[in-house]
Amino acid sequence: MALTLSRKKRITNPWGGFFFVLPSIVAVLVFVYGMIGWTVKFSLSNRTNAWSKDNSFAGLKNYTGLLEDPEFTHAFGNLMKFTVVFMIGTLISGLIMSLLLEKGIRGEGFFRSIYLYPMAISFIAMGTSWRWLMDSARDDKGTGLNHLFHMAKLNILQNDWYSSENASMYAMALPAIWQMSGYVMALFLAGFRGIPDDLREAARVDGATEFKIYRHILFPQLKPTFLTVLIILGHISMKVFDLIYGISTKSYVTKVLAIYMWQVIFDFQNYAKGSAIAVVILVIIAIVVIPYLVYVNKTEEMK
Amino acid sequence: MSSDLVDRVIKSKDISRNKRKLSGSGQFWLAFRYSALTILFIIAALPIYIMVVNSVKGITGVTQSAAFLPPTHLNFDAWGPTWKVLREPMQRTLFFVVQSSIISAIVGSINGFVFAKWRFKGSTFIFTLFLFGMFIPYQAIMIPLTQFNHWAGIGGTIYVLVVAHVIYGIPICTLIFRNYYAAIPNELIEAARVDGAGMVRIFRTIILPLSIPGFVVVLIWQFTSAWNDFLFAIFLTGGSPKLAVATTALNFITGSGNQVYYGNNMTASLIVSIPTLLVYMFLGRYFLRGLLSGSLKG
Repeated sequence: MALTLSRKKRITNPWGGFFFVLPSIVAVLVFVYGMIGWTVKFSLSNRTNAWSKDNSFAGLKNYTGLLEDPEFTHAFGNLMKFTVVFMIGTLISGLIMSLLLEKGIRGEGFFRSIYLYPMAISFIAMGTSWRWLMDSARDDKGTGLNHLFHMAKLNILQNDWYSSENASMYAMALPAIWQMSGYVMALFLAGFRGIPDDLREAARVDGATEFKIYRHILFPQLKPTFLTVLIILGHISMKVFDLIYGISTKSYVTKVLAIYMWQVIFDFQNYAKGSAIAVVILVIIAIVVIPYLVYVNKTEEMK
Repeated sequence: MSSDLVDRVIKSKDISRNKRKLSGSGQFWLAFRYSALTILFIIAALPIYIMVVNSVKGITGVTQSAAFLPPTHLNFDAWGPTWKVLREPMQRTLFFVVQSSIISAIVGSINGFVFAKWRFKGSTFIFTLFLFGMFIPYQAIMIPLTQFNHWAGIGGTIYVLVVAHVIYGIPICTLIFRNYYAAIPNELIEAARVDGAGMVRIFRTIILPLSIPGFVVVLIWQFTSAWNDFLFAIFLTGGSPKLAVATTALNFITGSGNQVYYGNNMTASLIVSIPTLLVYMFLGRYFLRGLLSGSLKG
């Protein structure tokens, strides 16, 4: 059917559609690809302070400089820690939410909307609550979670949260998990409910236990959903900015690439280095996302 | 495609109602599920709960020990001064967000129609090029964009944000509309074509009247993301108070040395969140649709 349709389209107007999207194509080419190119050019230049307009070619100097910059490697390490905890945590909690809801339960709509609302609020706003919840003061002076643990006589759980020297990024992942879990839940719910009920029924008739049904029938069907979730969480994590800025601004212990880039551009006015950091973030994302887009593209064409 | 996703998420609520003859272990699992759901509910609701209860305890009335508790009496002292500071930035935000959302929706609808129903040679490739734009870190275009704004003469005006949200919203708005239009049967268009209608006329007379839910999805998606945006706002306005928008103004209040006045900060955060929360409360289904469309695959 698709074939006959497209043949007819060609007869009527082969390029008509093209002209209607042309403005957008130009905009995307200039503002996405052109400007990425421009940033790459900056990253290869000598424009390293506010006074110089020196756009001469510097080779890879800015990139090799990053490797020797302890702030950069620190921010990079922080980002990796954050990413691991955030991705695993969000995947698990979103999956749990969807498993609890997927068979349908009275009040489902209510729980679903509560789990999803964090996606609708700015992190600059929610940061206020989270900063207070994760305040590092303890015992009688404690606020937020530390206060709660102190009251519950669970003093051992009190900690420095995002101000901690070693565990700051793990604490910072909590609000991120809190924000994105509902989204992952929605994706998995859509996945579960796209699987025909007959499949479960048949397995049940054959005497499979509920656990086995999930393990061998439902989860394998959800592979595309898992992939989507990982890609979405991964690229969001690489770019994380508001969430950290809203809670601890430019604090050293929670610095990630996006925060460091902002600092390098605005505080140090080092356009070349800032661009190099931006390109690093872009390349990490591109390595994962481009194969994914190619894959999506192929499966779309098969339909 | 993706519009079905939402129906899938929402539908089976009703199915559960008619299978309710539970054995002992069935009852145990039901109780277990409700307990787990309630614990998750408490965790999810805690941050907004804290914001709400502490916004009605006055500017300095938030004490450490009582912060988790509801207020003993309602005190709206923090609301007046906070609103005074936030009113102008929030009006400014509304001004640019309405414009950028409407333009985005129109552009998205045209693009979506072409990519779903009026394909041309290479359109899939171009669509993929668009999609990549959804994933890029905006840091990678921010410096040239600032320079473009100066060159175009809109530097230092609020239009920098209209331009940014419209242009970088093209991929997601196109994707949402494309998925929405893909669900419209081709036969409908075929029939109109047999009757001699051109594609433009088909778009105007058949597709657009069917597009209202798609427009709602894109409008509230663009509204929410532009309202909540901080990255573009802080980069492109350079923190200038004359161009402060909701999030940058809020960050100015809560960010610096004022951290002690939690009553104040919580109130300000709540005020800034109210518009998007209202949209979520009343149009949550459309918000969910936007979220799921943005995930590419179903």
